[in-house]
Amino acid sequence: MTFNRRTFIGTAAVGTAALSAPLLATAQGKPRVVVVGGGAGGATAARYIAKDSEGAIDVTLIEPSRAYYTCFFSNLYIGGFEEMSSLGHTYGKLASEYGINVVHDWAVDVDRDAKTVALAGGGSVPYDRLILSPGIDFVDGSVAGWDQSSQDVMPHAYKGGTQAELLKAQVMAMPEGGTFAMVAPPNPYRCPPGPYERISMVAHLLKEVNPTAKIIVADPKEKFSKMALFQEGWNDHYAGMIDWIGSDFGGGNVEVRPDTMEVVIDGEATKVDAANVIPAMKAGLIVERAGLTEGNWAPVVPATMQSRMDENIHILGDASSQGDMPKSGYSANSQAKVAAMAVRGALTDSRVFPAKFSNTCWSLIDTNDGVKVGATYEATDEKIAKVDGFISETGESDELRKATYEESLGWYAGITSDMFG
Amino acid sequence: MTRTARSSLALAVIFAAGALCADEIGDAENGAVLFGYCSGCHEVGADAESGIGPHLNGIFGRAAGSIDGFYYSDGLNRMGADGLIWDLRTLDAYIENPRALVSGTRMSFDGWDNAQERADVLAYLRLYSDNPADLPEAEPTARPSEVELPPEVLAIQGDVAYGEYLASDCKTCHQQDGSDAGIPSITRWPVDDFVVAMHAYKRKLRPHPVMQMQAGRLSDEEIAALAAYFKDLD
Repeated sequence: MTFNRRTFIGTAAVGTAALSAPLLATAQGKPRVVVVGGGAGGATAARYIAKDSEGAIDVTLIEPSRAYYTCFFSNLYIGGFEEMSSLGHTYGKLASEYGINVVHDWAVDVDRDAKTVALAGGGSVPYDRLILSPGIDFVDGSVAGWDQSSQDVMPHAYKGGTQAELLKAQVMAMPEGGTFAMVAPPNPYRCPPGPYERISMVAHLLKEVNPTAKIIVADPKEKFSKMALFQEGWNDHYAGMIDWIGSDFGGGNVEVRPDTMEVVIDGEATKVDAANVIPAMKAGLIVERAGLTEGNWAPVVPATMQSRMDENIHILGDASSQGDMPKSGYSANSQAKVAAMAVRGALTDSRVFPAKFSNTCWSLIDTNDGVKVGATYEATDEKIAKVDGFISETGESDELRKATYEESLGWYAGITSDMFG
Repeated sequence: MTRTARSSLALAVIFAAGALCADEIGDAENGAVLFGYCSGCHEVGADAESGIGPHLNGIFGRAAGSIDGFYYSDGLNRMGADGLIWDLRTLDAYIENPRALVSGTRMSFDGWDNAQERADVLAYLRLYSDNPADLPEAEPTARPSEVELPPEVLAIQGDVAYGEYLASDCKTCHQQDGSDAGIPSITRWPVDDFVVAMHAYKRKLRPHPVMQMQAGRLSDEEIAALAAYFKDLD
């Protein structure tokens, strides 16, 4: 479903109705599942539990945004391959077709003893099982000179919607021959929107509107996912435009100065015209508030995605620490289905099968030049462990690269329909 | 006269005049070769049966979505109800860009840009529409199976409930309703076709890396379970 005015109004009405309804009285006798976060993990989990339990479980989805803009494909918006409007989705079908109570509010805290979730708008929602899929927050102080208040000057564009719009506007406003800088994140980071696909898309845009512009990437890592593929593509499509500075050349020693639009890499200050700062990441705040983190992330039991600290809470996607899976929307969607099966099994005695996970990430380097990497996974006692995988190869034919890109469009249609119905 | 010119003339005539013989449409011999792109899903000729796609005997003059017992997409049923009849013009438009003519079709085919190739393959199909009683003797169009599977593997009765869980992994890309937006439909495939295709991926005879990986971890029973689930999916 793409976002348009009509579906937006429909969802707004549902949201209001859900809010004004007596939430605490919805579940007479039925087990209650509360899902926090309406992205690839949360929306999928809510939909599968509601759909497969056929009304036997009462499902509430708490998500502040009425229109959800996917992080995946937001780089393609920056490159001009997608409209922002086509990346927006609403929760109308989850409410009307699947009977999910969609509550548009912030979940701010969890009382694990009382088994309730507190809402920013007041009140609380009780649960028998809680699913937390809040995505990421940033680690304070991880990029010297940058804090959340800098995001209007040096956007991170790591949450869907307005941040990506701001970043694109800044690229478009660069003077002729100007400089774009990215501060890339340390591992582990949410991807998509991948930093290196983003570099490719910024380069694609600049090649069209500002071909003498330069791109500098300061990276705290020595190497990154699909590195050979990107470097080949950058050489082929954007020769001389992109200067990637890895950790061995001081890329990890960075300070930014939003007031003067300077980026200091290994002691050398450069005046830039647009800057994309992607700080180090951690689990979305509510997981930390609930006391379920160890370090920056929330450890989970691989077979069920249950928190290692509270068996009544499942944690999905970026926020979880689970082993080998990357922090992608595809991973969150895959984990959601395992968790949905485990939750139904626990609450309604439905059959439970061995957990299977998978992930594929497509990236676009330039027009019709798509690449991908993927893997399958299984649950072992200690982690979600990789079983098998593949990656696109350098030197592939134009035809195959075009087919890979077109496949990614099919995947987008598939996963968004799997999330939102 | 060149083949292209002849075909354009034929098309021009047929658009004006209705049904024509095969040799007035295009080169049916070349069309028989090109039909190889279609024969993974469609059969034509004596004993042709519906499989992943409906059989194409008598397609000229037939209403869209009208083969009894074949489970069509909502899109094709709607077009049939709206009165779409397959003739040279509508078939040509459909195979040029299937989803432009019938949105929501489950036919996983991007379309054929080349007008001459479309004309040739339609000329070939026209041979099987003249009069069902006069169908020419032809080699069966069903291809030999890509993988030889022991009968006991093909005989496994899939566990539909297990298939439903396993299928959740497929639906991240393959849409449940069979919509094809760059990734083909697998909804409502006949069980044998599904099982053979998955084993072909598992043995890496089919080339797609995602599918090789996905099929590679599935047991014979799991493949049967998926086939059983997708067979009756709405």
